[in-house]
Amino acid sequence: MALHKDDVLKIAHLARLQLAEDEIPATTERLTSILGLIEQLQAAPTEGVAPMAHPTDAIQRLRDDQVTETNQREAYQQIAPAVEDGLYLVPKVIE
Amino acid sequence: MHNQTLKALSEALANGQVSSEELTRHYLERIAQHDPQLNSFITVTQEQAMTQARAADQHRAAGKATPLTGIPIAHKDIFCTQGVKTSCASRMLDNFIAPYDATVVAQLAAAGVVTLGKTNMDEFAMGSSNETSFYGPVNNPWDTDYVPGGSSGGSAAAVAARLAPAATGTDTGGSIRQPASLCGITGLKPTYGRVSRWGMIAFASSLDQAGPMTQTAEDAALLLNAMAGFDHRDSTSTDIEVPDFTADLNRPLDGLRIGLPKEFFDQGLDAEVGAVVQAAIAQYEKLGATLVDIELPNTHLSIPAYYVVAPAEASSNLSRYDGVRFGYRCADPMDLEDLYKRSRGEGFGDEVKRRILIGTYALSAGYYDAYYLKAQKARRLIKNDFDAAFQQVDVIMGPTSPNAGFKLGEKAADPVSMYLSDIYTISVNMAGLPGISIPAGMSQGRPVGLQIIGNYFDEARLLNVAHRYQQETDWHAQLPAAFA
Amino acid sequence: MSWEVVIGLEVHVQLATRSKIFSGSATTFGAEPNTQASLIDLGMPGVLPVLNAGAVEKAIKFGLGIEAEIAPRSVFARKNYFYPDLPKGYQISQFELPIVGMGHLEITLEDGSSKRIGITRAHLEEDAGKSLHEDYHGMSGIDLNRAGTPLLEIVSEPDMRSAKEAVAYAKAIHSLIRYLDISDGDMSKGNMRCDCNVSLRPQGETEFGTRREIKNVNSFRNVEKAINAEIEWQMDELESGRAIEQATVLYDPVKDKTFAMRTKEEANDYRYFPDPDLLPLEVTEQTVDRVRASLPELPAQKIERFQAELELSDYDARVLAADRVLADYFETVVAVSGAKPKLCANWVSVELLGALNKNDLEIDASPVTAEQLGGLLKRIADNTISGKIAKQIFEELWNHGGSADQIIESQGLKQETDTSAIEAIVDEVIASSPDQVAQYQAADDKKRKKLIGYFVGQTMKASKGKANPQMVNEILAKKLG
Repeated sequence: MALHKDDVLKIAHLARLQLAEDEIPATTERLTSILGLIEQLQAAPTEGVAPMAHPTDAIQRLRDDQVTETNQREAYQQIAPAVEDGLYLVPKVIE
Repeated sequence: MHNQTLKALSEALANGQVSSEELTRHYLERIAQHDPQLNSFITVTQEQAMTQARAADQHRAAGKATPLTGIPIAHKDIFCTQGVKTSCASRMLDNFIAPYDATVVAQLAAAGVVTLGKTNMDEFAMGSSNETSFYGPVNNPWDTDYVPGGSSGGSAAAVAARLAPAATGTDTGGSIRQPASLCGITGLKPTYGRVSRWGMIAFASSLDQAGPMTQTAEDAALLLNAMAGFDHRDSTSTDIEVPDFTADLNRPLDGLRIGLPKEFFDQGLDAEVGAVVQAAIAQYEKLGATLVDIELPNTHLSIPAYYVVAPAEASSNLSRYDGVRFGYRCADPMDLEDLYKRSRGEGFGDEVKRRILIGTYALSAGYYDAYYLKAQKARRLIKNDFDAAFQQVDVIMGPTSPNAGFKLGEKAADPVSMYLSDIYTISVNMAGLPGISIPAGMSQGRPVGLQIIGNYFDEARLLNVAHRYQQETDWHAQLPAAFA
Repeated sequence: MSWEVVIGLEVHVQLATRSKIFSGSATTFGAEPNTQASLIDLGMPGVLPVLNAGAVEKAIKFGLGIEAEIAPRSVFARKNYFYPDLPKGYQISQFELPIVGMGHLEITLEDGSSKRIGITRAHLEEDAGKSLHEDYHGMSGIDLNRAGTPLLEIVSEPDMRSAKEAVAYAKAIHSLIRYLDISDGDMSKGNMRCDCNVSLRPQGETEFGTRREIKNVNSFRNVEKAINAEIEWQMDELESGRAIEQATVLYDPVKDKTFAMRTKEEANDYRYFPDPDLLPLEVTEQTVDRVRASLPELPAQKIERFQAELELSDYDARVLAADRVLADYFETVVAVSGAKPKLCANWVSVELLGALNKNDLEIDASPVTAEQLGGLLKRIADNTISGKIAKQIFEELWNHGGSADQIIESQGLKQETDTSAIEAIVDEVIASSPDQVAQYQAADDKKRKKLIGYFVGQTMKASKGKANPQMVNEILAKKLG
């Protein structure tokens, strides 16, 4: 299945990835060849086969409802690009 | 000193023949001297290493030493190390000083290990050649024109060149075993769930597993003893007893049933590599093992299924890199969308972007059933193949990689041909089984690995099988002349 | 044309756990920004979620409360989208396999009748953080304290036919979650938030019309107003011959209008898939039985008991059982006073709720406690005071506190029950009202019943309200012949 430029731009938007105009042809071509590889799956005899999401058949373990964390804001915000008054700053959010 | 195994160094430390301070300084000097030819380290934690070494020596003096106390090792730069840059070889995390330790790092530190630094890798562990690193490729110590394999290429090259006695790695589709094979070292990918994933930066959560990269199986057992174990912070970690992996290393192999999957010896396999693997298998026969021809008929599905599952999980795992709370942020974003798109567009390299795009596509409306669900079903078929095989055999053997590696840049323009070189390793991750690669010979001056695959949580058996071979051969003891 | 309104609600309830759904951070409301945001809540590289047993238990309680099946196996999925208050770029939620299956809830309509509303499902998920829009040099501030707070999203069937029904349903959910003690349900704090799906169709049509979803409505009053505003808008559109386009809208209470939030081409593709960091959640029968055994009496059971055991009317029982705190208050009053439940019901639902409403107070903030009110009604029951005096004392209790007995004592309000004393007053009244006496004696039985009121009034007035009204009636009847 061949991808087109518009498909790639749509996916890139969903993934919030900027692609430079000159990157698009090569990206499109390589994605198409990867999809060609993936297409081989379609021949797999998977009727009646249960999907496998995890390698082991274990079930989810539960945590006791206890507070175990303390305030580490200062340490965590030291590595943040932009903070003020304890808040992370981003360009204006418009709803 | 550097041509000693971790086991030998452990004994030397215990006997007082050497101090951790001396040992650590020696390896730091080797890194300074030789790493410019290899580029296997992203960060060398010189001062911290010396402080840890002195502390280890004091610990030992106080009679509180473990077999790993004072042993210097290197961590793949995918493990969070508190206060030390943890980059995942990405521009995205070039400025990321991890605020906490990964469980693997914390457990090894608790066992007294000294950290020399953080090793180079493919960006976010996506690659089989170590060429996708933001910090430049790693060279194979056996021939610096060749790739070391990936994604744990820095760890493999560093151990092969004896810039560290051992290192940690992670394996999502072969990322420990393939570089171990190409660099001539021992690399173990444990069973999924054996080693905690807490603090190990996620690539594909249902496939990722950390493991040791060492000179010998015995060293791997020593390191795994400290790495393995249930972790309440990782829901996918398995609450199962951890044996002493060194206990059964010498168990005789009489009656060992070795499965040889015909799919691992087909036309895609390089003839010289095939010959090396056959010779190794013959050695096992001499050790008393019996050979069983088996089939893993869905092996051909493993690469296509992997290139749906891994990118799908990765596309979601990597959404947190948005320039808001940590990591790279583009300059002067015009608005929110610009912040996201440019931070991610500029912060991620080409291969990472490609995989995010593939994964996003595979999960998007209208394609989920055809790609993601289909791949998960194929994954079940692959696992069923192995389950059936392990009804008949104790271990499965074959090549780790279809060839003895390729030149830097050779496959850079053709991602698919690169992907295909992981054909023998990927199915093991899809099933969640343990696998080990050990040096078994040479092809045109470069090492060739033998892969041994075990049943779930049967790492002790894998290590035993690998160790017995290493008692009979010395491929694992060879090191590249330039780094002798 | 006449239109039928079709409404379905998605109610998000914050579960009152101590810690977050996937991390050990506190969930205290109103903490300093980002002081309750741990590595996990911040979506740091390498972190992993572990599910909170408390959140699971509370979801099971809710499921049992709506008589739903608790899924023996449910799965957490990732809902992928980018937003600054969503640190990981995905929300962990349940998609294909929710923990709570189909259930239902009875609602009480204004005319006193009840209606069953279907609940399609309820699932566990994590809340997002908050974007603060105050101006930080043209930037917004992000507070992730709320990120990871456990939410139960409760999805109803499109069973409601008016804004009033929708409000009644929202109130029934509110009542239930408070009964179950799984959430404060405080809408002003965002503990409970409603998304309302509204569509119209011609009367008699069986297909649904295109719906629009009003997001994040934060009070019962606004649920009603927003839905009515939306109905009005949709009706105008349809009657002008325009088709409704599916959309997400917000309600502006100031303008009393809904307005579209996202345009169609921005429609999200959430790329749901099972979260590989979490394993399937299994709930065993033993767990369900254990939770069932811990359930309190629920509103429907309480209404039934109030009618059967306390002989309350259906209406009184519904009013009093609507809220767990109110029901507990009422039952305390009954126990302390020893008075007839009907008397207690009247006092709680008329006097107390009237006073609370007038002062805009909730039952848990009532200045008069159940013990105080019970003490007051005890004195009506044992004839120490009359109902009229009791109202006077209630006001005293409301404004100045204390106990009914103290007030009766200090203000000398004890009822006069001495026959001779009452007779003396009655004699005086009769003596000073010769015209009325003559009129009374000339009248037939029917008229007499009306006329005696005058004498009762005069006697009560002369006794400063303290004479026992029943005795006054009896003595008057006897003396007037």
